[in-house]
Amino acid sequence: MAVKTLVEAIREGMRQEMENDDRVFILGEDVGAKGGVFGATEGLHAQFGDDRVMDSPLAESCIVGVCIGAALYGLRPIAEIQFQDFILPAVDQIISEAAKMRYRSNNDWGVPLVIRAPFGGGVHGALYHSQSFEAMFCSVPGLKVVVPSNPYDAKGMLISALRDPDPVLFFEHKKGYRSLKGDVPDESYTVPISTANVVQEGRDLTIFTYGIMVSQCQEVAAAVQQERSVSIEIVDLRSLRPLDRDTIVASARKTGKVLIVQEANLAVSISSEVSAIISESCFEYLDAPVKRLGGPEIPAMPFSPPLEHFYLVTPEKIRTAIEELVAY
Amino acid sequence: MSDTKTEAHRKGVQGTVAPEVLRQIYVTAVRSRVLDERIWVLNRQGRAPFWISGMGHEVFQSAVGAAVDPSRDWVVPYYRDLAMTLAFGMSPKDHFLSALAKADDPNSGGRQMPAHFGSHAHNIVSTGSPVATQMLHATGVALAMKLRHTDALSVTSLGEGSTSGGDFHEALNFAATHKLPVLFLVENNGYAISVPLDKQMPTSHVSDRALAYGIPGVSVDGGDAVACYEAARTAVERARKGEGPTLIEGMVARLTSHSSDDDERRYRPADEIETVHQSDCLVRLERYLLLQGVLTEDDLKSIRDAAVKEIDVDMEAAEQAPLPEPETALRYVYAEEA
Repeated sequence: MAVKTLVEAIREGMRQEMENDDRVFILGEDVGAKGGVFGATEGLHAQFGDDRVMDSPLAESCIVGVCIGAALYGLRPIAEIQFQDFILPAVDQIISEAAKMRYRSNNDWGVPLVIRAPFGGGVHGALYHSQSFEAMFCSVPGLKVVVPSNPYDAKGMLISALRDPDPVLFFEHKKGYRSLKGDVPDESYTVPISTANVVQEGRDLTIFTYGIMVSQCQEVAAAVQQERSVSIEIVDLRSLRPLDRDTIVASARKTGKVLIVQEANLAVSISSEVSAIISESCFEYLDAPVKRLGGPEIPAMPFSPPLEHFYLVTPEKIRTAIEELVAY
Repeated sequence: MSDTKTEAHRKGVQGTVAPEVLRQIYVTAVRSRVLDERIWVLNRQGRAPFWISGMGHEVFQSAVGAAVDPSRDWVVPYYRDLAMTLAFGMSPKDHFLSALAKADDPNSGGRQMPAHFGSHAHNIVSTGSPVATQMLHATGVALAMKLRHTDALSVTSLGEGSTSGGDFHEALNFAATHKLPVLFLVENNGYAISVPLDKQMPTSHVSDRALAYGIPGVSVDGGDAVACYEAARTAVERARKGEGPTLIEGMVARLTSHSSDDDERRYRPADEIETVHQSDCLVRLERYLLLQGVLTEDDLKSIRDAAVKEIDVDMEAAEQAPLPEPETALRYVYAEEA
């Protein structure tokens, strides 16, 4: 057991599963000698060679389409998309092909494929290096979508994803690559990819969130709980498709007040779905309207620091929302 | 067809294809034609809601199918590849089950439109409706074949219209860069639904583009079984030696409307429709086989009779098969627990 960053945990997950299973290989831009633009594959090319850590041409549909083909033949590909912002050329391959392969063939074929992509902002990445596209994929049956919030989950969920018989989109918050740290066992292990995680139990209010927002909510909640008598539950959704409906409903019924926090903009998002689940299944248990925090309705995150800061869900915004809900 | 590359290619290869191979090509093409015609009948009778035909492409597909090894090679087809799927071992019954949307349809259990082929047991990868996406799947299959040190190869096909999109380029670029064992087949029938070739691309041959990827590109007369077979055999040898992919363009004719929902008379000149039927690839192959003494008139008749008989039996069996239960629509979104 050692303290590792998010990106180190992801790298260790890939390395150990590649050692464990020679069908696993990586295809992506700059994943070879450079080790990826964020260093996620650092050292893997040196260890596994050209055949298993392959630099791809600069073509995202190619990356995913080739990985689908390799998966159909029995390999276990990892497609690295350099930034989630650039996954769009591959969406036809992901939604029309990978997501539908099992269904359209009546279970004759499956695509065991992991697509890793860094997402999210707050790193001066501007419009095309900051986006959060998870919701788009969460509306597609046939896909699984996960967002780890900490290094332990990242390693365990990645290994689970690599053993999953169906396509898994594994989205990593790029700001968390080095800022998120935590204990990670040295050995290989799995964390299930279809369950939420109650990271903090509470009685008065539930915060549903995921990704880098989990640690931010934990910090704000700790500060608020020190100042006043309030007990806050925090649920790390971590599996966005499928959502862990049972855990969501149980927590909302228990506390009766719900705040949903995400970095992505709110319209037709994860928070919309969680809110819908709660309105369907928890109506009689609620003591306040569901509250949501997310990005504003602008196309993407602007570059200039004041504009970028305006976009982000900050600790101040979370604190205000908690206080309003508590007072309701 | 007066394609210079084809003429050059054909020189010296006439008569080099073994009679049994020519017979195999013919049998596959005839089975495909008879099956195709029968599904059209089912469609026009209102018993099959949709069909998209391979008529006019059969000789090209059957010849390539005879040059590969369906026991180890894989095909990632497109919707006109009825003959190719027969070459890889699917049966007419498999296609009737699909046309009639029956539960036991091996392509999709009645979930997809007909002519969306796929059968794991026959090394035929499931295909959807977006065009050219399958090029990348075949490339990935070939990458896996190479990484696993097999000597197998993958075959994939598409129409000339589908070569205008990005996946066509991305697949050729990747497969050529990594010298992957792929046969890229373009079945150029001159029309993408209603859009003729001269509105699709500035040149008359897709195979010209192979030069840009540093791989061989050949155009063959899709009614010339010998030329098609030889081109495929050359590409197969190259792929098995690890020298990389080949782009083979079959110049074929579309003998029907695009699909059962289309009426080509709205956009295709009447005299052209007449002409393509006069140069039907199957008739040309028959003429060639007779001329070369490979088969007699009696042989041709018995092959055709056998195909009709097989199709009668298979259609009957498919018609008796059950439709899917409605609630089975929920199954196989994801793998189910064993």
